[in-house]
Amino acid sequence: MPEAAVIRAVSLVLAHTPGLARLGSKPARTLPADAELTRSFLAHLRSFDDAVGYPAHQAFLGSCHPRELPPRPWVGTSMAGAQRFAPFGELMPEDEFLGLMAAVDEFDLLVLTPEVAERAAKKLAEHPLAAHLDLARVSAAAGDVDAALASGALPVHLAPDCLAGALRGAHEEDESLVAHILLENLACKATGTLALLRLLQDHGVDPAGIGYTISCSEEAVGDRYQRGGGNMGKTIAAVAGLTESSGADVKNFCAAPIPALVIAASLVVAGVFEQVVVLAGGSQPKLGMKFEGHLRHGLPVLEDVLGGVAVLVTADDGISPRIRLDAVGRHRVSSGGSGAQILHDLTVQPLEAIGARMCDVDDYATELHNPEITEPQGSGDVAARNYRTIAALAVRRKEITRDEIGSFVAQRGMPGYAPTQGHLASAVCYLPHALTRLTTGPADRVLLLAKGSLFLGRMSQRSDGMSILLQRNGG
Amino acid sequence: MDLSTQETIKRLVDQHGAESLLVVLGAPDAESAGIAAETVVLGDPSWAGPLAGVQLGLPVYHVLEDELRAAVPAEVWEEQVGLMLDVLEVDDIADAVREFREQAST
Repeated sequence: MPEAAVIRAVSLVLAHTPGLARLGSKPARTLPADAELTRSFLAHLRSFDDAVGYPAHQAFLGSCHPRELPPRPWVGTSMAGAQRFAPFGELMPEDEFLGLMAAVDEFDLLVLTPEVAERAAKKLAEHPLAAHLDLARVSAAAGDVDAALASGALPVHLAPDCLAGALRGAHEEDESLVAHILLENLACKATGTLALLRLLQDHGVDPAGIGYTISCSEEAVGDRYQRGGGNMGKTIAAVAGLTESSGADVKNFCAAPIPALVIAASLVVAGVFEQVVVLAGGSQPKLGMKFEGHLRHGLPVLEDVLGGVAVLVTADDGISPRIRLDAVGRHRVSSGGSGAQILHDLTVQPLEAIGARMCDVDDYATELHNPEITEPQGSGDVAARNYRTIAALAVRRKEITRDEIGSFVAQRGMPGYAPTQGHLASAVCYLPHALTRLTTGPADRVLLLAKGSLFLGRMSQRSDGMSILLQRNGG
Repeated sequence: MDLSTQETIKRLVDQHGAESLLVVLGAPDAESAGIAAETVVLGDPSWAGPLAGVQLGLPVYHVLEDELRAAVPAEVWEEQVGLMLDVLEVDDIADAVREFREQAST
């Protein structure tokens, strides 16, 4: 059995979906009752070029390290030389993305106008991943959108307000299979598939070598008898041609990617599978979640992208960063619920377990929500708050003085730069940066931590969290 | 302050009376602490929630203010929130909350 598991490769993708933003959970419930607000919402949607040039997106896609981002504001600026295709993946435009959703739609849920279907099929035929996409299915999605709408389907638009298609519900009596739930799941499947295909192609991964695929997406696939039953992991594995893979889903609100990585590494070290993929698609309900704050401050609707991630965990290759399974932090039931106690469990405890100090960690990746998105709606700068708390813990441990909090944060933290796609913002978006820093860069240890809000589901008053320590191979 | 929290506060006032209640905030910055304090003293400034136009005049403190610290056993305060003194801008938060607390008591 291998001595250690490593993270060999990571891909990140974004899909610019301003037309789907009006179907996000918050806008879908707010806009229909307010025509003026709807007009303002549509007038504040970003163009594709603006989304590509947005500095935070370019940091997400690897054009620069988050610490190299220019000072805010980022809105209204464009990163020089920004491209759709970037080191970690790509940002896909909306018309192609509707085509991608059609390409992975195995139940004819999505019908597109003939013009949109033709345009999407044509553009996707020129995409670097075209050989892996079922383009015939995109063309076959062309149909009578008006007829679908008349029978109760959900209208789907290209931004700002161009009817492009409709998404059908699958069962009249099953609330788990209504159109907007299926849209969430299909958007998740499409972004997860895009991330996985990029992982395979960009890193030369043999799809037949993957034994298991774990999804840590936030969406809930199922029917009325098992809402959220799953299984997005195997669903996406099948689309991407992982012929030898089975799969399952790991759920833990925003924290899910970290336990998924721990489980994947454990499966590898135990010798169950040689290679495991951890992946996640995007969260469509979170599009436009804080749009009221953005409009109030004269900003565009900034939550207009879906994210996706795919990670390859394998047996030790002697090169890639090792996952320290002897330093997994977890927020225990017996721990309190205060922010400080949670971060103590996720940072101090695992480091103490291997005799390391907080200053032995070069980079801490925490909840990296872009503050330009969260502050206008009153949520503050989540990343900065976490970093100051981590630094304060280092003060308590007498590793630094109180005067050094600022430099600790500047050196080992970073500005939040991720879209508010909770599970991706919660540390896993930093993985490809971590791989660079721990292989060709100067870092020796990177700690990723994530927290999940269990109380949102009204079954527990608790929260949860988990952390994982990555270490330079041979370090 | 979100609508369900406003609803809960309104229900507690109806049940127990404003004179029996004190609000303790945990907001992480002066702006959100000020808005929350304003909501429970003068009413919801966004006019969107159940406390819009409802002047409850409740006494309100932030958990990091000295008055609260003095009312909590030292070891409990230290274990639960003490670390936040190094994290948050406590003076700014306290100023924002005090501004509305004083309006409640006049």
